Amino acid sequence: MNTLKKLEILADAAKYDASCASSGAARKDSTGGKGVGSTGGTGICHSYAPDGRCISLLKVLLTNVCLYDCHYCINRRSSNVQRARFTPEEVVELTLSFYKRNYIEGLFLSSGIIRSADYTMELVIRVAKLLREQHHFRGYIHLKTIPEASSELIAEAGKYADRLSINVELPKQESLKKLAPEKNVQRTREAMSTINARITETKADRKELRKRRSTAKKPIFATGQSTQMIVGADGSNDSDFLARAGDLYGNFKLNRVYYSAFSPIPEPSVILPLQAPPLVREHRLYQADWLMRFYHYGVDELTTADAPNLDLDIDPKLSWALRNRHSFPIDINRAPLEMLYRIPGLGVRNAKRIVRLRRHHGVSLEDLIKLRVNLKKTMPFMICVNHHPARLELSSSDLRAKFAPPPTQLEMDFSAAPVVASAAKNMVKQAGAEALHGEF
Amino acid sequence: MKTVSIEPHFQAWRKAARALLAEQCHPSDVLWSSQGGEDNGLLFADEIAQLPAGAPRLKVPKTFVRLAETVSAHRSGKQWALLYEILWEMTCGNDRRILSNQTDSRLRSLERMRATVSRDIHKMRAFVRFREVKTKDDAEGNTGEGAVENFVAWFEPDHLIVRLNTAFFRKRFAGMCWSILTPDECVHWDGTSITYTEGVEKSVAPDSDELEELWLGYYRSIFNPARLKIKMMQTEMPKKYWKNLPEAEIIEELINGSGGQVQAMMDEQQRPLKPEPRNAYLARLKEMDLKQAGSSTEKDLRAHDGES
Repeated sequence: MNTLKKLEILADAAKYDASCASSGAARKDSTGGKGVGSTGGTGICHSYAPDGRCISLLKVLLTNVCLYDCHYCINRRSSNVQRARFTPEEVVELTLSFYKRNYIEGLFLSSGIIRSADYTMELVIRVAKLLREQHHFRGYIHLKTIPEASSELIAEAGKYADRLSINVELPKQESLKKLAPEKNVQRTREAMSTINARITETKADRKELRKRRSTAKKPIFATGQSTQMIVGADGSNDSDFLARAGDLYGNFKLNRVYYSAFSPIPEPSVILPLQAPPLVREHRLYQADWLMRFYHYGVDELTTADAPNLDLDIDPKLSWALRNRHSFPIDINRAPLEMLYRIPGLGVRNAKRIVRLRRHHGVSLEDLIKLRVNLKKTMPFMICVNHHPARLELSSSDLRAKFAPPPTQLEMDFSAAPVVASAAKNMVKQAGAEALHGEF
Repeated sequence: MKTVSIEPHFQAWRKAARALLAEQCHPSDVLWSSQGGEDNGLLFADEIAQLPAGAPRLKVPKTFVRLAETVSAHRSGKQWALLYEILWEMTCGNDRRILSNQTDSRLRSLERMRATVSRDIHKMRAFVRFREVKTKDDAEGNTGEGAVENFVAWFEPDHLIVRLNTAFFRKRFAGMCWSILTPDECVHWDGTSITYTEGVEKSVAPDSDELEELWLGYYRSIFNPARLKIKMMQTEMPKKYWKNLPEAEIIEELINGSGGQVQAMMDEQQRPLKPEPRNAYLARLKEMDLKQAGSSTEKDLRAHDGES
């Protein structure tokens, strides 16, 4: 099999992993060295595929041969997909030649599990080690980590990688048992905890050395870890997803949780019928995730016991505001910053700007226009110098109707239409299996 | 009214602005132009060293210098007058706080220009595509240790950003020789130093690279036909860049083929389960699961006992 064919198979096998970040790495570059590469600035997306996802890393599997039988995955052992295997040297060569042409920021390497976790992990590490030590590669390296691999191997992986990740895949152990019987939430959490301890420790050590202006060699370890959950493959609701995300952000300081809509694969499993990817749901989860990370929303504020799924028609911030009308309107000239964060249509940056601005003068609608605030969305929820909405001028349901799109426009783009049609056909066929599909 | 004609870069503006300030020239009395009066370009060149006694303080915050450096690359030429107005207010107008006034319309214009230029800088870092150029050494087979590869890229920036991006490319690609050619100017790195030459036409740049077959293969495979989001792609990778991106030539083909691909997946027979292979590691995983289940029921029992 030639390199092109292998690349096609092993990139196809890797594309369901949504992670693409190339930011947040320690600052390093190739100045004065023999190799190429730099990291440490903002991440760069070198291209975009027509699925709207950025291409910033060469994302491949070392091999798509796999012992596991995860039913959402094209590479599971029960799939008849064509199998291929790169040698570590081949991946090194590809990474370098792509990098030198400025196609990519670096490498994202994952692998099917062959023989054992340790054996597979060693192969993956070998690629990173060759790149760093033999070719002086200073670009970005993201290594997929296997939770059951020995802690020595995880430590070694972190020495070469800028980012490590372990996918939790599904928020609850019951779902994993059904759909990914070899995977285990508890073991994944333990491995994440080990990685987090190493990241934190290395950061502290480096800071200490900097403080003492020591010239001693600084310890090196990955600067972040991330994970992914598949949305729409099991019966978990959004509240389950957000609770798990909150757990991982809170306990293991993950940099990112990615949500990947379960998308049809060419090798459907008898256990998991295909359906159209729930793209809107994925989008709302990302928005809710954003609110948790940057707007200080608590996990339990985003969904309610009565409605454990996010509203698909309006964004979760507006949704929270409509559920909590008693907190509005908020006076942007008096309220603390954290309350400004709660106003629909007002972002973190503009909220901070308003706080700076109001020291000089009372903030008016004209100021907000200059800051390019989305007034249509903001006005019902805030008070400023020349705007005082009656306290409950519009009912929440009126407001919701004002902002929610008419049902016919819900489709994200025209091209998804045939998928939806066939999915509907499938849904009828699978009427009994609804519990497995989630609420979407 | 004074007409000041400068070369379109920060240093030229700075020289001119310092001289104007020294003469206490009010912004409303100055007409800026960077449209190419090269003759007048050095109008103030020698005057900087000797600022007249009693000239205003010329110390300005670093943030202003950084803003000015970036917006200087804007192709419109409208930045020069705005920059001078702000500079005037900070120095002669004694309004040192103007930079923190988020609603000043001139600052907002400059901020917008900065955002545009920064975006252009970022897109250049993203969309430059190097093509390998075989040298005489390569042809003679001298590709052993120490042979340095040569790469050339063609890029068409919206603004005059080549120099602002030099450091980035130098640090990233230190270990190879490269040139980036643009219509405005070209930058070259030979492994030890940077040089600039005049702008060229696209025909000078190489038009292919063997490796692009692999890159296109990768682009084709990493695309997921089941989640077409063309608008999203075009927001981040506008069509104006496509002509210089090798992968762009297969975008249409991928879009057109996606519907059929998805339908084929949906029509596919569901695959039955294959028996679990005999493997020591899988057996160990099962043991770990059992142990975990055991310990958690134990814990549950203990918790239960505690309650009762």
